[in-house]
Amino acid sequence: MDINMTLIGQTIAMIVFVWFCMKFIWPPILKALEERQQQIEEGLAAADKSQEKLVEAQAQADEIVSEARQQATGILDQAHARANEIVAEGKSAGVKERERQLLAAKAEIEQEANKAREELRGQVSAIAIASAEKILMREIDGRAHDDILGKLAQEL
Amino acid sequence: MAAEGGHGPQTSGDYISHHLQNLQVCKDETGEWVWNVCAGNPMAINVDSMFWSVLLGLVFCFMFWRVAKRSSAGRPTKFQAAVEIIVEFVDSSVKDTFHGKSNLIAPLGLTIFVWVFLMNLMDLVPVDWIPMASAAIGIPYMKVVPSTDVNITFGMSIAVFFLIIFYTIKNKGVTGFIGELTLHPIAPPTRGLGLIAAPFIIAFNLILESVALLAKPVSLSLRLFGNMFAGELIFILIALLGLWQLPLHFGWAVFHVLIVTLQAFIFMMLTIVYLSLASESH
Repeated sequence: MDINMTLIGQTIAMIVFVWFCMKFIWPPILKALEERQQQIEEGLAAADKSQEKLVEAQAQADEIVSEARQQATGILDQAHARANEIVAEGKSAGVKERERQLLAAKAEIEQEANKAREELRGQVSAIAIASAEKILMREIDGRAHDDILGKLAQEL
Repeated sequence: MAAEGGHGPQTSGDYISHHLQNLQVCKDETGEWVWNVCAGNPMAINVDSMFWSVLLGLVFCFMFWRVAKRSSAGRPTKFQAAVEIIVEFVDSSVKDTFHGKSNLIAPLGLTIFVWVFLMNLMDLVPVDWIPMASAAIGIPYMKVVPSTDVNITFGMSIAVFFLIIFYTIKNKGVTGFIGELTLHPIAPPTRGLGLIAAPFIIAFNLILESVALLAKPVSLSLRLFGNMFAGELIFILIALLGLWQLPLHFGWAVFHVLIVTLQAFIFMMLTIVYLSLASESH
């Protein structure tokens, strides 16, 4: 247990190791630690902020969804109304068309009937004249009684 | 285990003193380098203490330097996290105690803490392993725990002592340093008849304060040395017990882990406290 030169050797070794630690070990480790502390702080702040933003975005999304739902119901209602309208329109158009065609058919029928009646009338008057001629061949002058015959034909 | 040490018949006394003998080298009267006949020679060097101390210092430097070189603010590896825990622990200890600004004190504390811890930790290596292994390759003595060598602990505390003086002078000036040694704890009278007593008071203060100043490194080193030497001695005594050493060795080792860590922490903490006292004015 004598004191000897080991003491000086240890002192020198200690100075060297402390110098090495001071130069190459302590500063980079502490720098990294401080940087990480700052990063964590920033990260936490960013997380808080994004949480807030998330809530905000959620609210916004809810709003948008409800708006869209409202719009959708509006569109649906409109579409229903339009469909009903179209159906009603179609119905009324069909009714009109039917009436129109009915009218046209009636008019045609009447026309045909009139034509047939006209023809018939002509023929009847011709027959009447012919039969009257046969009966009254002699007594009646065709020319003198033409106006009577005409009137007759008119009445028929 | 002890008796079959390989050196022929051995008494317990031989065994113990063999374990407490340093591997020494020195120059004899003829200027030749000689081994292990250096008792009392102040120029001798304890080769084993120096070797293990420097080796463990290099282990510390290498481990921490590797982490420092790759350290970044990103996700740390597990080893980096462990190193950072130690660094932060030392850093917070320094910040709690030392309020000045210094680039030296925190790295000094870290070096002392880890280095002393590693040196103390060698105490947990079973006492016969390394001495017997080195005996097998022809080295007769091998004391593996550097902090059980009073030279090692004094070597460190003397460095701390000079730092104390350096910091006192740096922060208070030479006059401040001298004043601290002479004007406390009894302030000498500065006028009247009391002036006659002033030199005596100053001399008294000087003696008292010098003792207080010198007691710092002495207590620092002897505390560490005493704890580790006693622990080592108990390990050696336990090793003499034959089979019963196994449970006892385990129990003492568990207890000694506490002492190993505590002594390293105390050495670091007291260094910081002394240096902060030196740089703060009262």
